[in-house]
Amino acid sequence: MATRGFFGLRRPEPPREIPPGQYFETGFPTLTAGPTPRVDTDTWSFSITRAKSPLATWTWDQMMELPQEKITVDLHCVTKWSKLDSEWKGISFDTLLEAVGEVTEEYVMIGSYGGYTTNLPLDDVTDGKAWLAFEFEGEPLERNHGGPARFLVPHLYLWKSAKWVNSIELMDQDAPGFWEASGYHMRGDPWREERYWGD
Amino acid sequence: MQHRVLWQKAIVEEIIDETPRTKSFRLRIDDRPPFRSGQHYDVRLTAPDGYQAQRSYSIASAPESEGVIDLTIEIIESGEVSPFFHQVVKVGDEIKMRGPIGGPFTWTSDTGGPLLLLAGGSGVVPLMSMLRHRSAAGSSVRTALIYSARTTVDVIYRDELGNFESEDTEVRSTITLTREDDAGWTGERGRVSTRLIDDALAFLKTTNAKVFVCGPDGFVEAAAELALAAGVPFQSIKTERFGPSGT
Repeated sequence: MATRGFFGLRRPEPPREIPPGQYFETGFPTLTAGPTPRVDTDTWSFSITRAKSPLATWTWDQMMELPQEKITVDLHCVTKWSKLDSEWKGISFDTLLEAVGEVTEEYVMIGSYGGYTTNLPLDDVTDGKAWLAFEFEGEPLERNHGGPARFLVPHLYLWKSAKWVNSIELMDQDAPGFWEASGYHMRGDPWREERYWGD
Repeated sequence: MQHRVLWQKAIVEEIIDETPRTKSFRLRIDDRPPFRSGQHYDVRLTAPDGYQAQRSYSIASAPESEGVIDLTIEIIESGEVSPFFHQVVKVGDEIKMRGPIGGPFTWTSDTGGPLLLLAGGSGVVPLMSMLRHRSAAGSSVRTALIYSARTTVDVIYRDELGNFESEDTEVRSTITLTREDDAGWTGERGRVSTRLIDDALAFLKTTNAKVFVCGPDGFVEAAAELALAAGVPFQSIKTERFGPSGT
């Protein structure tokens, strides 16, 4: 049923369809549950772990030697804004997974400097769907947007694209991360409007 | 423990003019679920052709207010939803809402304190829910609020904040104005500063306070940095950022 007197501004008009309940945003808002961590590339490290033991670890310099990709993707935040055609440079998660050999686990938990976590099915971060991203619009990624490096899983709500990422734990069973434990959806597909538990 | 967050019908029971840019909307919700101060609701507006707009707004009222929630909404002139609330919504209207939503940025009296609340502009709204809850629950948790606003007329809940302070020696409310020209203002001026944070922590007698920071991104970034620099542990600082497009 319509809301009395509401017709919708619908401006600016998005150049193409965006997911339900979202509006077109031309800026880049930031959302973080705590202070912005200070992460220095001199001491930065990133690991893929199993039962919390590292299977592979990279320093910043080692990471920068891996093949890089430029990608243009749309971002959808659960707080209702969608940003279209954002340009990133990063390393495909497929490239990182090559370093650890056979993976039988079906889920991952992304971990970050500052303690943030978010869970994902492995299928959502493989086959060219997820990146370790360190450049935005041609510039090094700013601290407030997750610099020096964030995870990027653009087909899911943006809370899955963890900022200040430093680890990926392989898991046999799914488990809730930071927001997922507080009522947010375990998968978070914006096109299915999976915002909260039960959506 | 998992439960669905369902859309519910809310009826606008009262509209309160708070400041020239903010109004509070008292919404009655049948079987209103319990909530914790700091949580928010999603509202969903539907146009005759089916087009929908959703936004999130923090709860301003205390969980003790049975059957109702208050949302204090600042108007963003270029926005889509806040001008609708300010210019179109009347008492008796029906709005679709769902909530409560949000976990880390919440406080209940049984989790204790002391509390350091840092508000920028309408970021005071969820912190007001905490103060109202503290009072309604009869909590004696020592609490310091630093509230940065533009000018005196922009200060939301000014009288109520003054009452909390005058009626309870465990509460300290500091308002600092960033753009007040009136020489008659005798309170603090300028942005939140190391001195204001240090004074608040001295009142709380510890740097190990539970800190809640809410406001525009720039305010939250600056205030959280100052709290960290003053010695508050990283994990004790919870933030909620109202984006530049919080329309």
